[in-house]
Amino acid sequence: MPRILELPASEIVRKVKVQEISVEEYISECFERIRTADPKIHAFLTLTEDYALMRAREIDSRIRRGEKVGSLAGVAVAVKDNICTMGVRTTCASKMLESFIPIYDATVIERLKAQDAVIVGKTNMDEFAMGSSTEQSAFGPTLNPYDLERVPGGSSGGSAASVASFEATVSLGSDTGGSVRCPASFCGVVGLKPTYGLVSRYGLIAFANSLEQISPIGRTVADVATVMDCISGHDSRDSTSVNTGPTSLRSHLIEDVSGIRLGVPKELFGEGTEEAVSKGVWNAINRLIGLGATCEEVSLHSLKYALASYYIIAMSEASSNLARYDGLRYGFRLEDDDCDWSEAYSRNRREGFGPEVKRRIMLGTYALSAGYYNQYYLRAQRVRTLIRQELSRVFKNFDLLASPTMPILPYRLGEKLRDPLEMYMCDVDTVTANLAGIPAVSIPCSSHQGLPIGVQFMAPPFREDLLIRVSYTLEKNLELDLKPAV
Amino acid sequence: MHVETVPELKVKIGLEVHCQLTNLKSKLFCSCSADYRDSEPNTHICPVCMGMPGTLPVLNRKAVEDAIMIALALNMQVSSRTLFYRKNYFYPDMPKNFQISQYDRAGGVPIAKDGYVTIDGGRKVRISRLQLEEDPGKLVYEGTIETSKATLVDYNRAGVALAEIVTEPDITSPREARIFLQKLRSILEHLGVSSGELEGSMRCDANISIEGGTRVEVKNISSFKEVERALNFEMTRQRSLIRKGLRIGRETRHWDELRRVTVTLRVKEEEEDYRYFPEPDLVPILISREDVERLRASMPELPDSRKRRLMEQYGISMQNAEVLTDNKALAEFFEACAANYSRPDLLSNWIVGDLLSYLYDMGLELRETKLTPQHMVGMLRLIDDGTISGKIGKEVLKEIMVTGEAPENVVKARGLIRISDREYLERLTDRVFEENPKAVKDALKDEKAVRFLVGQLMKLTEGKADPQLANILVRNRLKASAGK
Repeated sequence: MPRILELPASEIVRKVKVQEISVEEYISECFERIRTADPKIHAFLTLTEDYALMRAREIDSRIRRGEKVGSLAGVAVAVKDNICTMGVRTTCASKMLESFIPIYDATVIERLKAQDAVIVGKTNMDEFAMGSSTEQSAFGPTLNPYDLERVPGGSSGGSAASVASFEATVSLGSDTGGSVRCPASFCGVVGLKPTYGLVSRYGLIAFANSLEQISPIGRTVADVATVMDCISGHDSRDSTSVNTGPTSLRSHLIEDVSGIRLGVPKELFGEGTEEAVSKGVWNAINRLIGLGATCEEVSLHSLKYALASYYIIAMSEASSNLARYDGLRYGFRLEDDDCDWSEAYSRNRREGFGPEVKRRIMLGTYALSAGYYNQYYLRAQRVRTLIRQELSRVFKNFDLLASPTMPILPYRLGEKLRDPLEMYMCDVDTVTANLAGIPAVSIPCSSHQGLPIGVQFMAPPFREDLLIRVSYTLEKNLELDLKPAV
Repeated sequence: MHVETVPELKVKIGLEVHCQLTNLKSKLFCSCSADYRDSEPNTHICPVCMGMPGTLPVLNRKAVEDAIMIALALNMQVSSRTLFYRKNYFYPDMPKNFQISQYDRAGGVPIAKDGYVTIDGGRKVRISRLQLEEDPGKLVYEGTIETSKATLVDYNRAGVALAEIVTEPDITSPREARIFLQKLRSILEHLGVSSGELEGSMRCDANISIEGGTRVEVKNISSFKEVERALNFEMTRQRSLIRKGLRIGRETRHWDELRRVTVTLRVKEEEEDYRYFPEPDLVPILISREDVERLRASMPELPDSRKRRLMEQYGISMQNAEVLTDNKALAEFFEACAANYSRPDLLSNWIVGDLLSYLYDMGLELRETKLTPQHMVGMLRLIDDGTISGKIGKEVLKEIMVTGEAPENVVKARGLIRISDREYLERLTDRVFEENPKAVKDALKDEKAVRFLVGQLMKLTEGKADPQLANILVRNRLKASAGK
């Protein structure tokens, strides 16, 4: 594999700008790599090779002419297939949207393009982002680059696997309850879920609006910071977007954790946590203590109810969001139309959605129904408020909270498919950040039998800078022996 | 035969009015033009109002200002914080299969609540709630619902801002319902937020119950005239059920405009569950006291104060002032005329009496006629200076409403000028006397016969003879014959 594919984004931009390499060469190498690796891992659903090469040549010629280029000039980006790309089909890994081609770019895509990033393709995911293993894709699963018999995590499995296997330099995923941090952990890469409202959701096909954020994935903390600085900041098309400018996280790539107060919530090292995971995470925490951080165990009682509350809210919102897919205006539509609209809707939805999507629509519909609304949805919202309050109290005494990202190591394909509840339980450590709207990062901290283990840090709202600083320090001070199998 | 007189049972009516905020340039949550009438189907749409995957709504703040102005005009309490909710149900006229609305059940906070409208010189109809929501699209059928091969959908209307205004059941007759709606429309027009003249811009559902009975909802009523008709039908239906000792079921009925009957749409037991929950893509609407006061200060004159002003400024009767201000266009027309005419009381009688009844007969709105204030005043001056009679004036008015001709020209072209030529009329009087010898004989002692002779003279001149002069000439001629 050519060394250029291993370089961080900032190095690629530098080399491209001084014409040490051309964008065209580098992008061509990416597609060579995809042709070798992707038949094994299936990270991509759609490749945009012609478009990417055209963009590459265009950026090259601007550089040759001495014109200004953007902060991500030439960098190959893979994009999760629930983020709308103008003219490029956006399927949500669902038969329902198999042929859906948006006529608009998501705000994040506009911003990437404005900084001359090059989109190489759309990545696989659990259908409508509903899952934690990328096995729920209507187009077949993605496999873990470290072990082709294991899942890459999900739902942004394709985005994490593509970066882990050097098919792209960075990628975008979306994180509703851990959908970026989970695959980042399983694939040995860095994933950052920003504070709710920091990145525009315009163009992100909604699963659970109040929880999710588009989130960057990279092989290094610096790459994640670079992408965040490009995509973050207010967007008038998203009413929930906060009124701040873009982040400047690159200026927080500082190797210094002295005086940082880490809290370790007991509840996030629950009984389902595998020993290897627990050991790996404590190893990282101890490393930080060695570098000047302090650490204390804390208890957050409300977290016991986080998972239940998360699933009720996410499914409720999903049941309403996905109502629009009826086949009338776009998307999957059965040929046989000789029936009334209501029957046609039922048939289109019955055929177009996969089993996990249907399960969540039904559960969400139930939770919002008259007579159950108070018992489920409202109660879940009250838990959410409690969690927020408890976290804001805890953050008075701690700068960050540390925990495993996933309680378990990457598991074998099919292992958890039969019992949805078992699959849901895997999100136990990640959902808290989404419920509270706070930022969280997963970075590789250890490995067990060649499988990556991720540590998660959570910070108060808008303190991505702290996450970046601590992650960067850890990254510089851990010697990890992680080599993908592809 | 013994007839038992039963006092009619009282009727209670509540209305739910949906008014499009037609002054807005764009829809409630996207930048599509809201001025969709007369456009090709599905040309006023964008990814947002079509609910395309990934798109998000952004609130049109001007719609909130409109709603606050309406709330103030209806004497309502404006909320300081209110939320949008999703109302979930599948229907092809809704691109997202949910409607962004507000929560109308217990615990919901609308933009404003608890106000009233004064009608018929003092009675109050309480307004319980005002909320904002998006209009759905429109289903279009080829021919009728029954014969159409397919249902077509036009989404031009989808997402247009609606203000929903809900009354308490304070209305006591179908006629009063119509009067209330007229008043409401006039208020909205004075505010400049909604033009009730546009087709489908004000739509209405009604709840009606007979004293002690169950409430029945009537939907699909397209105009104020239809509201009165539908409610009259429903009131009669319910009363006759009660007389027969039958129970009135709680249900929703549909007004069939063609057959002029209400028919069952659904019985209440199978009422839909809309699974309301707060719209997560929008943030709460915060309305500060300052916002409210700023809008209050900028409020235009409303019908009630305009009515008082018209009475004071022009000395017209309260009844006339009320009728004039029930319709903004009419009030404006009156004032435009009054600026150039010295007898406003007479003017107001003409507008409230003749003009309105012609409009009603023609089934037209004032703006749909070609009548201008200049022509109206011109016509009145022709009467004042004796060129035409009042009766001819009515004919002239009808004609200039349709043709837009100047009244002087109409009078000239049709030879309607009053005949005051004494010699000419005397010759005609001779003819009348020759042709009606019996009446002449009777006229010596019977006043009725005198009037008959004057009438005959008027008839010979097609009504154009100066009536006073005709009267004098007939009487003179009678005296002359009596003296013979």
